[in-house]
Amino acid sequence: MTMTVHVDIVSAEKEIFSGLAEMIFAPAEMGELGISPRHAPLITKLNPGEVRVKVSESEIYPFYISGGLLEVQPHLVTILADTAVRAIDIDEAAVLEAKVKAEEALSDTSGKIDYATAQSQLQQAVMQLRTLDRLRKRGG
Amino acid sequence: MAVGKEIRTKIASIKNTQKITRAMEMVAASKMRKTKDRMQATRPYSIKIGQIIKHLAQANPEYKHTFLVPREVKRVGVIVVSSDRGLCGGLNSNLFRKTLAELVQWENSNIEVDICTIGSKGFGFFSNLKVNLVGQVSKLGDTPHLHDIVGIIKIMLDAYEAGTIDQLYVVSNEFVNTMTQRPTIEQLLPVVACELDENLGGHWDYIYEPDAKEVLDHLLTRFIESKVYQGLVENNACEQAARMVAMKSASDNAGNLIGELQLIYNKARQAAITQEISEIVAGAAAV
Repeated sequence: MTMTVHVDIVSAEKEIFSGLAEMIFAPAEMGELGISPRHAPLITKLNPGEVRVKVSESEIYPFYISGGLLEVQPHLVTILADTAVRAIDIDEAAVLEAKVKAEEALSDTSGKIDYATAQSQLQQAVMQLRTLDRLRKRGG
Repeated sequence: MAVGKEIRTKIASIKNTQKITRAMEMVAASKMRKTKDRMQATRPYSIKIGQIIKHLAQANPEYKHTFLVPREVKRVGVIVVSSDRGLCGGLNSNLFRKTLAELVQWENSNIEVDICTIGSKGFGFFSNLKVNLVGQVSKLGDTPHLHDIVGIIKIMLDAYEAGTIDQLYVVSNEFVNTMTQRPTIEQLLPVVACELDENLGGHWDYIYEPDAKEVLDHLLTRFIESKVYQGLVENNACEQAARMVAMKSASDNAGNLIGELQLIYNKARQAAITQEISEIVAGAAAV
């Protein structure tokens, strides 16, 4: 039997995923992380991006998160997401619109806009789209 | 017939009041369901973050965050979570009584207090007292958002970091069930870890990425925010439940009152009729 670790993904609004997994991939600030069971204790901040939970060889669940925290204990992995959605639930039209808006805000040189906010919005939209793209390539 | 005109108008007016209280009861009942759902939805997050904090307290970090280190108490900060509207029974007054008791204790031991309020009832109450009010938010509605309360939490956290306050408390109502709401006071800072997890013995520490200070800052701020937010949504559910119960008893009381008045009215009416008949009979006998 393969080793598994308990994974909890929660956002401020609700519980997203709870169960056993063989491996977890998460977009940490210092680069993408892959966590296997019995990983050393670790705490890190997460960037906007895709979290993938590999339950078995054939079952991989993708989630989109807009940032958050990851805690790893040898027997437990907890992801506190700022907002998390199952990748299937991302609405592409809404994301594209958000992306266009963020780009517009960035190119607005009148100096009135909050540059940092626009930048992070753009990053979030791009990461959501990338998650969707990957999801499509994997199995339509 | 002119008998009991005042009683009839009184009955009509109580009936109107009863209609209003019954409507408010039903509104509160449906809102309570929603606020309860919201309260339950935020629970997993606060439970999980609480667990992480618990683990953290057992780690042996090379970096001690100020939020984790207790120090001598000269001044405390209190965040009071109250409702925006009244007509919810003794919900707010019980909470304020509990807060006042604590305030008196602190005053007796020469500890000064800074207060932040959430909700207009709390602001109204504490602005009339001689306390140091450092911040307030109100009119958050039935669906409060985290970013609404981040501001006043930041006031307190900054004060703690600057050494102005040495402890931070949050006072709010705990939702026990629909009939019972319990005012509770909880210490947020310095963070206190309760029972320990036995799975995590020995000497160990986390790997922090990018570095301990940044991650802990982020984590602990989130923890405090989620605690206060949880208190806020819970208090909301309490408010609706308390209002529902208060309005139900108001409707029942109105019903009783109407019954009693109706009885008095009938008696008066009957007495008037009897008197009229006896007058007629007496008149006929005289002829």
